[in-house]
Amino acid sequence: MERDILRFTTAGSVDDGKSTLVGRLLHEAGGVYDDQIEAARRVSRDSLEFAFVTDGLRAEREQGITIDVGYRYFATQRRKFIIADTPGHEQYTRNMATGASTADLALVLVDAGKGVLPQTRRHACIAWLLGIPRILVVVNKMDLAGYRKETFDSIRADFEVFTGKLKGAAIDFIPVSALAGENLSSPSSRMPWYRGPSVIEYLDTVPIQTVRGDLPFRLSIQYVVRTGDFRGYAGQIASGTVRAGDELLVLPSGRRARVASLPERTTGRHERAFAPMSVCVELDDHVDAGRGDMFADPANGPTVGRRFRSVLVWMSETPLAVGSPYLVKHTTQQVCAEVVGIVSKLDITTLENDPAEELKLNDIGRVVIETHRPLFWDPYSANRATGAFILIDPMTNLTVGAGMIESADSGCEQAPARAVGQTGLTIWFTGLSSAGKTTLSQAVFERLWATGARVQILDGDEVRRHLSKDLGFSKEDRDENIRRIGFVAELLTRNGVIVLVSAISPYRTVRDELRVRIGDFVEVYVNAPLAVCEERDVKGLYRKARSGELRAFTGVSDPYEAPLSPEVECRTDLETLNESVDKVLRHVDQRRKT
Amino acid sequence: MQDRLTHLQALEAESLHIFREVAAEFSRPVLMYSIGKDSSVMLRLAQKAFYPAPLPFPLLHVDTSYKFDEMLEFRDRICEENGFRLIVHTAREALRNGANPFRLGTRKCCDLLKTKSLLSALSEGGFDAAIGGARREEEKSRAKERVYSFRDSLGQWDPKNQRPELWNLYNGRIEKGESIRVFPLSNWTELDVWQYIEAESIPVVPLYFAKEREVLVRGETLLPMEHNPPLLPGEHPSMVMCRMRSLGCTYCTGATRSTATTVPEIIAELRTFRRSERENRAIDHDQEGSMELKKREGYF
Ligand SMILES: Nc1nc2c(ncn2[C@@H]2O[C@H](COP(=O)(O)OP(=O)(O)O)[C@@H](O)[C@H]2O)c(=O)[nH]1
Repeated sequence: MERDILRFTTAGSVDDGKSTLVGRLLHEAGGVYDDQIEAARRVSRDSLEFAFVTDGLRAEREQGITIDVGYRYFATQRRKFIIADTPGHEQYTRNMATGASTADLALVLVDAGKGVLPQTRRHACIAWLLGIPRILVVVNKMDLAGYRKETFDSIRADFEVFTGKLKGAAIDFIPVSALAGENLSSPSSRMPWYRGPSVIEYLDTVPIQTVRGDLPFRLSIQYVVRTGDFRGYAGQIASGTVRAGDELLVLPSGRRARVASLPERTTGRHERAFAPMSVCVELDDHVDAGRGDMFADPANGPTVGRRFRSVLVWMSETPLAVGSPYLVKHTTQQVCAEVVGIVSKLDITTLENDPAEELKLNDIGRVVIETHRPLFWDPYSANRATGAFILIDPMTNLTVGAGMIESADSGCEQAPARAVGQTGLTIWFTGLSSAGKTTLSQAVFERLWATGARVQILDGDEVRRHLSKDLGFSKEDRDENIRRIGFVAELLTRNGVIVLVSAISPYRTVRDELRVRIGDFVEVYVNAPLAVCEERDVKGLYRKARSGELRAFTGVSDPYEAPLSPEVECRTDLETLNESVDKVLRHVDQRRKT
Repeated sequence: MQDRLTHLQALEAESLHIFREVAAEFSRPVLMYSIGKDSSVMLRLAQKAFYPAPLPFPLLHVDTSYKFDEMLEFRDRICEENGFRLIVHTAREALRNGANPFRLGTRKCCDLLKTKSLLSALSEGGFDAAIGGARREEEKSRAKERVYSFRDSLGQWDPKNQRPELWNLYNGRIEKGESIRVFPLSNWTELDVWQYIEAESIPVVPLYFAKEREVLVRGETLLPMEHNPPLLPGEHPSMVMCRMRSLGCTYCTGATRSTATTVPEIIAELRTFRRSERENRAIDHDQEGSMELKKREGYF
């Protein structure tokens, strides 16, 4: 007998009886052990309160409210259930969104005596916004309503007026008494007029919508698995299926490659894999791909872009600030971003979009976001895994927002209003392939960006794909490439931008030439011994150079001339990333002060 | 055809994703290895996450010296066979100062031997992410624990101020000295763990299987005779057919009467159990809400 998993979230206003219901469901399905019941009985006032079975934290027991998402587990013959039990208090709406983000179903509680409250609408709305395909409305405390059909019907009608506006939501209703245990695990004799399933029967049989299998293939690379000559790309399939022989589109490079195999430890390999499996993909050709890159269906790729509209749930005490730096974590990418505008705020009880200047804690709005590197995304309504992101405040490191991408934003690219009057500077990261230039310059970028500075990265590999597409790897071509980068860096620097160049730039003479031309120039020697770089071999190039497949490769078959007196030297094999970043920033600070 | 993962496959997929996130995002992760069944499952999942490469992080075992010999033998054999890098940290100082559960009581003993030495092991190693096998189902306060649980520079947990955790997008950003505890088994139950052990043929410490053991019978509790717990007047050990449901220090781990000698028998037995697995762990009951207090102070 194979079971599957149903994840559901529960929501209700305070005292609707949610804890009682959950405690009871767990108890009836054997998800609570006797000693846990006894412990709850010890702290209950008079008769056993099932609420104490689920309210975990001391503070909750003291205040008698549930303050944080709690996860509960039980299983029946057919299914394992994961409950995200979320608090009903308005100020904890963010927790409701948290619980809803992974749920297949939302169980919304209504007190039969109170009817549909604004808070109830809020819960249904959040569940719907977070893409939960199905809502189960449990009308509780039917005992206090004399188990009357009229009460149930009128609540149901009330609810449907509102939920008619939630496009695509499937909604079901069950009348219960959590306290008396009516209609929980078996049909209630007190409500013969109700013909539907009990709560447990319903949960056991409700179809779980797995849209992800029929969607185009998506996998964001989490981690590159390397051992000996083996190189595989590990990640969790976001949607679609994959098998050996499939052709994949690799983003952002746009290259294509075929799947050689899907190695797996226990069975040797997967013949075929589908969402949400975690797999390792071995390609039949070497491509340059790493964390944050995506494999996609070549016939049906995601949108690639830096600017999009999204729904945003604001989760921080500090209101959202337009123009401030944030980090976006989307799939396996983490990029610098800013909210360039607030389009509207959602009135959750009327579902109207109102104009807004700011978003405060628990507000839900529609915003335009611009990221510093392109994201590979689908609309959240089509694909939760590639349409969702979180916003992180880079100063406090807290998660401050949860976003759901809706569409690309074509709005004219207005320059962000950052740091006027800043003086420009070129920070030049030179060093061997795999020495850590990209990582270090990215990290420096993040830190500078977080202070509100205007910063731009010029990455050697990137430039070779565009500006220097025509160039090869002879000494002349390499110098020409560096001069072009230098030219762009100079223009930007004169316009007050801090430019972070990361390029091998092996030859001393041309680096020195640029130092003189640009003037505001800091040379950072990203230094790791050749053996270390070769061991890291992030892009697999050393291997190719050693086998002769790649010629004139710096460090192996072409010289690297180390800087004689760089402003900063970072030994990436001896220092942590943070230590290196601090060194660079200390120097930049001195420069900017003088 | 409708593609649907079984519950074990779905749990596995989620855990593998977590392991890979940690390896990609932290500079010095470590896996807290406690030798028990949950650790054994974690190890297998970690092996799968990085297959065919070896684990990209070491194992850390905090040895209180009150462990069963069978556990240490098992630990050394598993590490040897699989080529794991193992770091053993003992609470030398506390032990030298005479910390023991019989003298101090379980709460103080655990605080000194486990919590403190765990924190010092983590800071000595400079680990920025510690992967643990705790499951939310195990204990009430754990139900609210995040998969990525933030700890300040003193290793403390603030249950009222946790980062919201949405989708599978974990926020692992920290400052120097701060760390993240990571729980890849968050959504697994005891039954899931045993079913996975069966499905994957994962080796576990023989203490989990029933046999005649010499124990002290104290009411409902069966206390193993390892490390000679002091006897109450008139008390004497007896042979009882029993097994361990969860493994900790000898004094804090009670045995359970059982005849289950194989994994399928354990699974069958679990389906009928009405008591939680930690019931016999003395530390959870020192005080109402005690696990939460321990965790605020930095216990795993
Ligand atoms: N009469 C009646 N009372 C109930 C029912 N369900 C819960 N209650 C009571 O309502 C109060 C609040 O319940 P609780 O579960 O703590 O609500 P929560 O705040 O939604 O978690 C408690 O006193 C419960 O005993 C029910 O079905 N009928």
